[in-house]
Formats: sequence, structure tokens, C-alpha cells
Amino acid sequence: MNEPTTLPDKGGHYGIFGGQYVPEALNAALTQLDREFDLAMADPAFVAELNRLRVEYSGRPTPITELPRLSALAGNARIVVKREDLNHTGSHKINNVLGQALLSKRMGKSRVIAETGAGQHGVATATAAALLGLECRVYMGKVDTDRQALNVARMQLLGAEVIAVESGSATLKDSMNEAMRDWVASVDDTHYLIGTVAGPHPFPRMVKEFQRVISTEARAQLLERYGELPYAVAACVGGGSNAMGMFADFIDDPEVKLYGFEAEGDGIPTGRHAASITGGSIGVLHGMRTYVLQDEDGQTVESHSISAGLDYPGVGPEHAWLAASGRGTYEPVTDAEAMEAFKLITQTEGIMPAIESAHGIAGAIRLGRRLAEEQPDLSPLICVCLSGRGDKDVASALKWFDLDGTPDETVGGF
Amino acid sequence: MTDMRAAEPVKAPGAQLAGAGISGRRILAAKAEGRAALVGYLPVGYPDVDTSLDAMRALCRPGDGPGVDMVEIGLPYSDPILDGPVIQRAGTTALKRGVRTRDVLRAVEAVAEAGATPLCMTYWNLVDRYGVDAFARDFAQAGGAGLITPDLTPDEAEEWMVASEEHGLDRIFLVSPSSTEERIIATARACRGWVYATAVMGVTGARQRTSSQAPQLVARLRELAPDTLVGVGLGVSNGAQAAEVGSFADAVIVGSALIKPMLAAEDAGTPADLSGLRAVVADLAAGVRSA
Repeated sequence: MNEPTTLPDKGGHYGIFGGQYVPEALNAALTQLDREFDLAMADPAFVAELNRLRVEYSGRPTPITELPRLSALAGNARIVVKREDLNHTGSHKINNVLGQALLSKRMGKSRVIAETGAGQHGVATATAAALLGLECRVYMGKVDTDRQALNVARMQLLGAEVIAVESGSATLKDSMNEAMRDWVASVDDTHYLIGTVAGPHPFPRMVKEFQRVISTEARAQLLERYGELPYAVAACVGGGSNAMGMFADFIDDPEVKLYGFEAEGDGIPTGRHAASITGGSIGVLHGMRTYVLQDEDGQTVESHSISAGLDYPGVGPEHAWLAASGRGTYEPVTDAEAMEAFKLITQTEGIMPAIESAHGIAGAIRLGRRLAEEQPDLSPLICVCLSGRGDKDVASALKWFDLDGTPDETVGGF
Repeated sequence: MTDMRAAEPVKAPGAQLAGAGISGRRILAAKAEGRAALVGYLPVGYPDVDTSLDAMRALCRPGDGPGVDMVEIGLPYSDPILDGPVIQRAGTTALKRGVRTRDVLRAVEAVAEAGATPLCMTYWNLVDRYGVDAFARDFAQAGGAGLITPDLTPDEAEEWMVASEEHGLDRIFLVSPSSTEERIIATARACRGWVYATAVMGVTGARQRTSSQAPQLVARLRELAPDTLVGVGLGVSNGAQAAEVGSFADAVIVGSALIKPMLAAEDAGTPADLSGLRAVVADLAAGVRSA
């Protein structure tokens, strides 16, 4: 274990970022959450139960896998992936959800609400609610319920109630607004189970701690297998929970570079992107000060990405701080680059990633090629968080690659 | 950051006048008439900027009788997490029709000319983006009295405390039924003008019955911060409710109930028809005078 970092401060600030920009009505609940989270993490029984679920239910530890055929396309780099796709429910989202659902029970709250974009966090929340006997309601933008009907059905099968949100742009940010509105009125018996390292303090800190297991495992696995720390760790960044989990235990290793890859959509010059750090500006959204996609007046601008999980016009405040302080490097990856990487890793390694995770892979390949030119003597070890599996994205991939599911050839049928 | 742990009751003699600010003095004038002040919320830009200014004038003078004492000019925002469906619809429509932050300055002038005290209710990012000091300067210059800040508590208000002092503006922060004693005291101390007590745990919107939590919250405020003026909002929809709230609060705040007739007028194809709004205001104004 590394020395704990001194951030955030008591008010949840990472430098100028973070904080708690919320209605006073939520202050008592956030204060309680902050306190209960610390008590729970200091309680051996709570930690033991969380670890038991991680092992017996989610399937942790997840392995690291070296990708030699993909690495051959990435200069001299050796790319290793941390296999969060092998978790129960298919992504890292379960790490956070199990922690917060256990915390809800501990606080005596029998109901959880969640926002979801593509439905991954919603499905994970509905899963944990089923496991722990909690009532569950998921808010999902109307645009997303239309294009992710399968995940709506999965949540309903798990016993959750799914509410389509038509207000605003009817996407992830609006489902977050609606969940906040629910919470303001229901805070006595309800926990708002935010799915990423964003929102008001203490969510960024708490979700980071629940996702920290990714880097705690990866760091030990890399040291054991390679006998050295990696040159860099990398991950895709939307709100930023898998990236923060991947970075957490490496932040205090100054020799390990941290790379976050944001969704550039059609390209930053087109304005159709979700790269809040690269293409946004500092503002306040969803209870935190961070980089936001906003217009001249401070109205939030709709984000665009082929990946629903990265399609968010803000980013967790600690990422904003890592970027502003120079500790982390954040670069954008377009839809086209991500889908090229999606195809490459699928066809060279037999691992079909979530399109979100494909952004991380694309960034790592680009980094490997760039390093091969800049430092040809280096053979850098790059560990990428493969945050989720691609089953949910097959329909998007078919459309992108212009496939229609018809066989290549038909035989027999005489 | 402002220290929210400071926990001594505010009891200095004369604190009422010193902390009353512009909007508090307006409430004291109403109290001198033996009644609560009436505060009406309308978003600038709905159904369009010009008509919204007419609607605010109608709030101030609904007809021959009295209207509101203060107008809470709402700045439409893309992500209004404390607003219910009525205000959301009006705000979203106003944004689609191109309302800008600077339009609030025209609204301030219109309200001031009509004889009411102009306040602005705004989510913080809009002020942050404009520049906190620049917004305070321009708002004060237009004749505005102060800001109501639903997602800014004193914890994050350092810059606003400085700018509001510099430009002589009132600061109206919110307290809620779930606020601790320490926070009620610290929030009351950070306010200038009055304290906005949110009567229910929930978003804005007219309700059938006013909340039983409201009198309790006001009583707690009176005990913990005796010289503070208190406005009560969230849920008031008619004159009878205004009278009831006015019997224990210093100001009665009404929002969604004013916007509903405007939405109805738009749905009927007559968005500039303010007769429904005038009727509601007249009822509310009579209500606060009947207590």
C-alpha cells in the first residue's frame, strides 16, 4: 500500500476542482455518507464482506493478459490489459456498486436509485439490489432506453424499475438530474448510487476507493510477472471511474505515467465530442467544479460519442486535477480510432472489448507507436484497463462496420 | 471556505437592520403593514424575453389591486436539479428560444421600474461563467437587489461573499428541513436580506397542501437565528395557502403556480395572454393580506 494522498480536502476539493455544489437539502445525506463511508472502510467486518463478494460473486481477482499480436502493431510497446471485462455483469461497474450497495444497507437505506447511460451501471446496480434485497429504480435518458432496449429488459428482469427521462437532452446527464431530484425528495430512505467518480463530494472519493481494487491487483500482478512497474497505465475516461481505479495505486509512483483517453466523437473541431478535459472549460455541473462542455453562457452542451458510457459532458474532479497539475496526460480518441482498435484487438487477440474500453486500447497503440519514434531504445510496458466486454456493443459494431448478420456463404439445402 | 461549524446563535441587537439588505427592508415594510411579503418567481425568456418582461410587470401590478413585493427572476439553466416539471418546461422552452444570461439585466430593470424589488434565482454555473464579480457588478448596476442560489451553499461561496459585499447585493441561501442546527446558524449568518426556507424535501412545484415541515423549520430558524427574516417556498399555490404560510413566515414565495397559467396560455395558442397569471397573483396578494 502506498502513502495515502492528501487530496481531497475535507470539503472534497482537489485543488480548485470538486467540492459540493448541491441544494442544502442534500447536505445532511452527503455528510452522513462521508462519515459512514469512512466508518465502513475502517470496519473489518464491512471490508471482509466486500472482499468476500468480490471473490465469490464478482470473480476477482481479474487477471492481467499480455497482448503480443496486438503489441506488434504498437511499436516496441508491450501491451498488457487488466481484465475488468471478466467481472460478473461484464465490467468494472460492479466493483463500485457492491461497495455502495453494502453501504446503503449499513446506513439502513432500503432503496437505491441510479442513473445510467448505456445501461451498464444500471444493470450492475439492479444486480446488486437483487443480491442484497434492495428496492431499485434506474433513471435512463429516453434516447438511451430507445437504443438500449435489451439493457432496459435486463434491469426489469432483475426486479428494478426503469424510468425513461425525457427532460433536457434525454441522455445520461439528464438521467443524473432526475436521480438528484428523486434524491432530494427521498433522501430519508434512499441512497443515490452514483456510477462514476463524479458528482458532489464524497462521491468522487468514495467511488475511487471502491474502484481502487483494479490498480491494487494490477500493480501486484505486474510486479510479480514482470518484476517492474509499468512505463504507463492507461484507461478510457468518461466520468472516469475505471481510469481512477486503474490510476489510484500508481498516483504515488512518479515513474509510472498516467494516460486517460477521452471520447473525441467526430473530432473536437466538429464540436461533436465528449472530451471534457481536452475540449471543455472549467465550470460547475452535477455538484462539482470540473471541466465541462458548455457554451458561452455556461449552459451544458450535449456530448457525442459512439460509446454511450463515455457520452458525458463532464469528468470526475480528480481527473481534472490530475490533468491541470500535469500528473496525468489526457488525450482524445475519435470514434473512428476507437472502432479500428475494437476490430484490431478482437481479431488479433480474440477479446471483444466494450467500445468504451476500445478507446483505451486505441490510445495505447498510438502511444506505443509514438514512443517507438521518440525513444526507439525503449520497450515500454503499458497496462490498459479493459473496463468491459463488448457483447452490449455488437449492434453498434454491426452498424459501424456495415455488417448485417447474414452468413458469408450458404451450403447444402439441396 | 466559510466555516460552517461556527455554532453560536445570531443574537446581536440591530443585526436585523444590518443584515436586512435591500430585500430585507422590503420585507420589513410589508411587516409594518401587518403582513408577509409576497415573492413571485418567473423565468426570464418564457414564453419569449419580451413577454416574460410583461409577465413580470403583471406580477407587480396584476390589475387595480396589489401584486408581489419582490420578483424572483429565474435564469433558465440546462440542468436544473432542484426544479420540478413546470419550471423545467418553461426554462427548457426559454433556452430553446434563445434566452441569454444577459437578458436577466433587462428583467431586473423592468421589475424595478414596476416598483417591485428584483432578485435573481440562478444555478451557480451561469454566474461562474459570466464571472462572479462581473455578474454582481452588472446586476447591481441594473438595479438588482440580490441572488438566490439553489446549488450554492455558504461552503462554496467565498467568491460570492466578496463580490456581493463589493457590489452591495443580498445573498439568499437556502435552508431545508434536514439542515442541522449548526448549518442553520451558519447559513443565516452568511445570508443578507433573508433566508430561504424550503418547506418540503423535494423539487419545486405546486402542491395540494402546504408542508407541515414548514412551520417547524421556521420555528427552528427563529430560535437559532432570532433576528433573521425568513421566506418560505416550494409548494405554495393559492391565496389560502399564501395566507397560511404568511401567518408564520416573513415572506411567501410562489413559483410553479404562476407559471402554470402561462403554460396553459401557450397550450391554448395564446402565449401572450397573461389574464390567468393576473388572476393567480391577485388571489395570492389578497391571501397574504388576509392573514
